[in-house]
Order: sequence, then C-alpha cells, then structure tokens
Amino acid sequence: MAFTLTINGVRRETDAPGDTPLLWVLRDELGMTGTKFGCGVASCGACTVHVGGEAVRSCQVAVADVWDEVTTIEGIGDPAAPHPLQAAWVRHQVPQCGYCQSGQIMQAAALLAETPLPTDAQIDDWMAGNLCRCGSYSRIRAAIHDAARDMTGA
Amino acid sequence: MASIGKIARRSFLVGSIAVAGGVGFGVWKIRQPVANPLNPPEGVALNPFLILDDSGVTLVLGRAEMGQGAHTTLAAMLAEELDLDWASVKVTHGPADAAYYNTVLAEAGLPMPDYSLQGWRLAVAEGMGAASKLMGLQITGGSTSARDGYAHLRHAGASAREVLKRAAAERLGTTPDSLRTEAGAVIARDGTRIPYQDLAEAAARLPAPQVEPRDPSEWKLLGRALPAPSSWDKVTGRAGYGVDVRLPGMVFASPRLGPVLGFGTPVYDFTAARAVPGVMDIVTIPEGAVVIARNSWAAMEGAKAIAVDWGPIPGPATTEAMFAGIEAAFDGRRNSRMRNDGDVEAALSGEGGIAAEYRLPFLAHSTMEPMNATALYQDGRLQLWAGNQTPRVQAQKAAEALGLSEADVSVNTVLLGGGFGRRLEADFSVIAARVAQTMPGTPVQVVWSREEDMTHDFYRPAIIARMRGRVSEGRAVAFDGKIAGPSVMAQAGPRMLGVPVAGPDKALVEGAFDQPYAIPNYRVEGYVADLPVPLGFWRSVAASHNGFIHESFMDELAHAAGRDPLEFRLELMRPESEVAAHVLETAGRVSGWGGPRVPGVGRGLAFTWSFGTPVAQVIEVVDENGRIRIARAWIVCDPGRALDPGIVQAQMESGLIYGLSAAVMGEITFADGEVEQKNFPDYDALRISAVPRIETVILERQTRMGGVGEPGTPPAAAALANALFDLTGQRARELPLNKTFDFVL
Repeated sequence: MAFTLTINGVRRETDAPGDTPLLWVLRDELGMTGTKFGCGVASCGACTVHVGGEAVRSCQVAVADVWDEVTTIEGIGDPAAPHPLQAAWVRHQVPQCGYCQSGQIMQAAALLAETPLPTDAQIDDWMAGNLCRCGSYSRIRAAIHDAARDMTGA
Repeated sequence: MASIGKIARRSFLVGSIAVAGGVGFGVWKIRQPVANPLNPPEGVALNPFLILDDSGVTLVLGRAEMGQGAHTTLAAMLAEELDLDWASVKVTHGPADAAYYNTVLAEAGLPMPDYSLQGWRLAVAEGMGAASKLMGLQITGGSTSARDGYAHLRHAGASAREVLKRAAAERLGTTPDSLRTEAGAVIARDGTRIPYQDLAEAAARLPAPQVEPRDPSEWKLLGRALPAPSSWDKVTGRAGYGVDVRLPGMVFASPRLGPVLGFGTPVYDFTAARAVPGVMDIVTIPEGAVVIARNSWAAMEGAKAIAVDWGPIPGPATTEAMFAGIEAAFDGRRNSRMRNDGDVEAALSGEGGIAAEYRLPFLAHSTMEPMNATALYQDGRLQLWAGNQTPRVQAQKAAEALGLSEADVSVNTVLLGGGFGRRLEADFSVIAARVAQTMPGTPVQVVWSREEDMTHDFYRPAIIARMRGRVSEGRAVAFDGKIAGPSVMAQAGPRMLGVPVAGPDKALVEGAFDQPYAIPNYRVEGYVADLPVPLGFWRSVAASHNGFIHESFMDELAHAAGRDPLEFRLELMRPESEVAAHVLETAGRVSGWGGPRVPGVGRGLAFTWSFGTPVAQVIEVVDENGRIRIARAWIVCDPGRALDPGIVQAQMESGLIYGLSAAVMGEITFADGEVEQKNFPDYDALRISAVPRIETVILERQTRMGGVGEPGTPPAAAALANALFDLTGQRARELPLNKTFDFVL
C-alpha cells in the first residue's frame, strides 16, 4: 500500500512499509537529506520536522501515522528567501559541523510560532531536547533572540 | 649543516612515534616541488589548491571540515593572496594525496614542552615537518590545520596570483607590475579586467614564481571573523555529509559488529533479520554481519534482528578488571619520565606532603553524525565517499582489506558531522569497502546505528594517576605525578600508519609533563597498561585527562599551602613563561577573581598549555536548592595570531563544553566484554539548558602560532572540579562528577 504525504506543500508518494519512520522515508525513499539521523530514539533532535506545524522527532513517527502536512528544513526557506531563523543562524555563524542544525532550526521555528519573544529560560526549556556536540549553544540562543526580534519588529 | 634526513630520523626515534625509523631522507627530496594531484576534466589546476574553470575559482583543501572552521580559515589564506571576493569563494575537499602533507603535525612528536620550543629545538621541530612531507601525512588533527596552512597556502596563493599577472601581462603586452588583482580578476591601468579563469591556461604554461606572502598589515580577510562558505548550505539542509551521499542505483546497509574487545567464531541466525520488510541481503565480513536493504532503517532493524553467538570474548571483560589492569601498570616497567627536575624524592620528605589518586573513565567520541561510508567497487577499483580526517589512511586501509593497491582507491571526502578524532580511523571505510566488493557495480552506503557507533568506538583511555607533592612556606617544592593507562599510540601507530611504536609514549603524559610551572622538584612519569580496548585520539588526547589531573592537584597543593589558587600558580608560572602568566592573570582579571565570597557560589580555575596554545578557564557554580548549576565560565587563550577571531572563540567554547560534558556525565563501561552505553540516554552530553554563560578573551602575545580546536578542552574538568571544591569543600578525584554531585541539567 502506498502512502501519500504532503511535504513542503508538494504531494509525494511512497510505497515504504507503514511502520517506516518518516525520517527514513524523507531521507532514503524520497531523497530529502536535509533532515538528519542522530540517534533513532528521540533523544537528540537532529531529525526534527514539523507535522501540522508541530515540531516532532521524525524518527518516531511511522509514515502510516503522519496526520498532517510535513515541513522540513528544505521547506522553510532558501538563501534567496530565508526563514528569519536561517538568516539569523548565518548572521551569528551558528553552525560548526552543522549536522544538528536542521533539527535546531525546526525546533526553534516551532518555539517562535508559539512564543514570539521567548526568554532565555523559555529557549533553554524548549531547545533542551536538541543535542549539539560542537557546543554551538550560545550562538543558537543569540540567533533565536535575534530572529524573534526580526519577526516581531520588537 | 646536519642533513634534514639525520634530524628527522633521530627526532622520530626520540619522540613517541617511531614512524620513520631506518629511513634516510635527502635534502634534495624535501626541496622538490610536490606533484599536483588535481587533473580536473575541465579547467586548469594551477597548483594542488586551486582549480580555475568557467565557473570561476574553486579552492581545494587537503584538510577536513568538521566544524572547526578549517575550510573558512584555509580558504581565507588563499583568498587573501589571490584577492578573491569572499562571498563568491567556493571550497571543496581535496583527494587523498601526499601533496596535502601536514608539516606541523610531526612537530608534536618531540619529547619536550611546546612552550619551551626555541633556538635549536625549533630547528629540530621544523626538520620534523620536512619529514612529514616525505611521509605524505594528510591528517586533519592535532589542532594543526591553520598553523600548517599558514605557510603552504599563503605561498601557494601568492605564487598563483603572480603567475596569473604574468599571463595577463603577456596578453596585454605590458609588465606584471603595472597590473593589480581584485575580486578574482587581473586589472590593468586602463581598467581592462581579465577574470582569472580566462588566464588559467596561459598561466599554467608559465613557471610559478616564489613570492613572499603579504604582510599581515595588508590583510583584508585574515584576522577577521568571516562567514563560513558553507553557512547557507548548513542552515538550509543542503550541506552534504557522508550520510547524505546519494548515487544512482545505491543500496543502503547497516552493520551488526562483533564485541569491540574481540570475539571468537560467530554463529549467526539470520532468520528473523531476513524477515524484516525491506531487507534484501545479508553479508558477513570479518567485523560482523551487514544487512543490505531498501533503506537505512530496514537495514538497522535487520541488523538488530540478527541472532548471534559471538563466541569467547577475550578478557578482561569488565570495567573493574580493566582498572585492576591499570593499577597493575604502576608495578610494571616505567614507560616514560619526560620531566624530572631537581630531586623529587628528597624534596618529598618532610612536613607538608600530600598525596592523591585520580581516576578517569573511558570516553566515546559520540559525534552527531554516526559512522558511515559509501563505496562503489567496479573493475578492480574502489571509490569511497566518507567524512574523514585521514584520506590516505582510508585509501590504504580499504586497499589492504580488498587486496588492492592504494592507487586503485579514490577517496571523496565530504563534510563531517563531527570528528573529534573519531574520523581519523578508517574502520567505517573498510567495512563499506568490504560490502561493496560483494556487489560489484552497485554503490552501497553503510550507516551505523547510534548503538553500533557508541559500542564500537576507539575510546579515550581510562586513567589512574597517583600524585604526590609538598608545599613549604606557601610554595610548591615538589610535584610528582605517575600516570597509568593503556597507550593510544601503541595501538594507533601500527593500526593507522602500519609501523610499530617504540620508546616513551608522549601521548600518555602530555598536558602533565609539559606545563609551564617552575616547581624546583618536578617529575612526571608514564606507565602503560596492556588492555584490549580499542583506543583512539579523543579531542586533546592525553591533555584531556592530564589537564584534570595536573590542575586538580595544583589546586590541592594551593589549598595545602593555604594560598589562593591563582596567586599560587602565578608565582610558579612567571619565571617559566611570561605568555602563560599573562593568560592566567587576564583570566583572573576578567572573571573578577579574588572578589568577595558570595554564599552559595563557588569558583575554580585551571590552566593547560596544549597544542601550542595556553588556555586558562574560570568556572562559577551556584547552589540551587542543593543542586549545582554550572553558571558562568571565562576562557582566556593566547594562540599567537587569531586568524579568525570568530572561529577561535567558537572553538574555545566548543572545547570547554566538550570537556564539561565528559566531566559531568561521560563514562564508557564494560560488562561481559561489551560496552554498556548504547545511545544518548546512556551517554549524554550537556544540553543548552546546562551550559554556562561563557566569556572568551583572545590574546595575541605569543610569537608562535598555536592551535585552537583542542586546547579549550583540557582545563574544563579541573576548573569545574575546583569550583565544586570551593563551593562544597568536597574534592572530586573521580570522573564523571555526577557520581558525586547533583547537577542542574
């Protein structure tokens, strides 16, 4: 049985088994490699995408259970028309190895959708599920504040 | 003049890496220009670092980008001399080739403190660098990329610029000195602008002149914080890591590897694995079994479903047995005594003596991107795609495994999702190569599950240190350190370079024997334990454990002397190194050290000189209702010349956090011969909620240039442990610290 998903506004089909996690459908079945594999047990956040606007760990969502439209890092902006978080990430030179940053940005985007001007404590609380082994955290925090000001005009 | 060959040979034998033993080098060979490995299908490669084609200029770098910023700073060295427009700079990883030798890495083998390198010692060090050219060591490690590139790449860029100007002068019928360069083009006085790529073919026919690089006062790019060329790719999901390689017809695979300590003859039952939907095939290789499937997840599920009896696992199979083996090393033969000032035994007798034992666990690298490689075997040749720190080692080891010659293997290095020393190894490439050989013509990507990655690392050794010291009249009069653990070099020499390692192992005692303190009676010894645990180079190597040991014990001595830990250290440091003392003084000043005590707040400091750079760190911890928050940190470093202050700061913070993560919670243990930690819930690292607010100060007083990728790690654990002592009065002598303290995470 094939599944039809809407990913970044585009309808995509996959004949992967229904219990295949969304992460692997994106990466290996559909060739959208921006979403990263880190742990497979929802403890690092590298695979974070949005389903219906909600930040989820795509390694834990079976493709058969995807309940709404999917947005990935490829879908939130590009260099010509970046998401404010992507622009802030570049201004602050957040990425080091960069491997976790797709997940960090998707997690942060969901935060700003709910909490337009987060405090440090709110950022720490919301982002604590996203591991960065390079330790880019201080720039992540600064870039979220910067993007939040950008988006709210504050 | 002594020939460089003699210097090189002698140096390697007295150093820890006896890699060049018996090989004589002639000066002529060192002066020979390196052959250019680049042969682009279109366009022209003016030297090993530069391709000019219709799309403009592509910079080709022999060092891996793993988050440390090598591709920014090394590209800036070329772009600075070539007058390229930074926003349009394109960078790519170079092939596996001796042309990308690392000069500076070989200096690290010298058995003397880095801070004391001057005069004849510096000449010997430079001789070592020449030897590394002959060996073609293409390694991204040892915090050497910028130091190494500083010489090679600026010269290569300047030479290419001048030859392009000569080509333009010939075309315009003028002289090179009437021309200037700007934004990737040669500009004539009349404003005629010729892009470099239009001059490439003519330039390639001219001899490349030797040109001195520009004076730093003329720099437009170096010395500034530049945006990384990969920034936009990394924030839009377009950056290509090893796991992102996609080739036509490629299949996915995942391994189930035998226990890391070794195993007997495995007996597999693949029934359940073959029943996993999407599983296509299973192959066995010497390292274990590999499941091939339609996607990585099906392969991992299949690998998990393999039932296997690995046979007998060689002992010792538990953490306790391994520590017993390390303890026993103290009774065995001494491996090194790299510092022995004064008469320690005599100085230890009398009042004021203290002794302490420190214990540190095995550690995993735990890169964000699990180990992986992609391979295609066809017509007796192998192509590899992998994020790696050692392209030539990847090629050599894969060739060896498949019965090919190194020339039959091409290595495509892609971005690394973290390295930290783990990707110096070639196990992931060898495994992918073996699988590819079973399916000629079909590319295969072998991605390890996090569980396989964590349980099959090359671990930072566990260490026991026995320290003795004595203070008198407020000063340290004796410092005696005995450091025991299994030897990284004894394993890595044969494994990575194919040569046995002889003599004293500097890589067990660095960060302890080589610190700039004028203690009159000062001795550091190494004792090697023989354990079957695979060991590797973990960010900052021996300094990662010895920073904790040395600087915790310095704190104990200061406390025994009734002295302030900063003043106590400074007194010992000033006569030995003005550079180091200035770093420590600055750390005291910016952190407000010595201010009034605040109830519920503790502060600690530590200093380590490693990889050419002195670093001091101050950490402030706060008691939050019985739990401890690592609230603030100050870092002061002196890398001599900060080629990109943004990267230096990021690396210092990164190194601190990497060290703190290990100090707080990092521990690999063994039971029944297997690693007990499987995934991040068992082997975690600090999250954004647990890291301190960090202030970093970069000094540039040192005359030599130091590294920045690793020196931020060694002082972190000691600075934290010393802060915990200041707060609680409890001295933590065993890592990780969460065994003793309850942290806010």
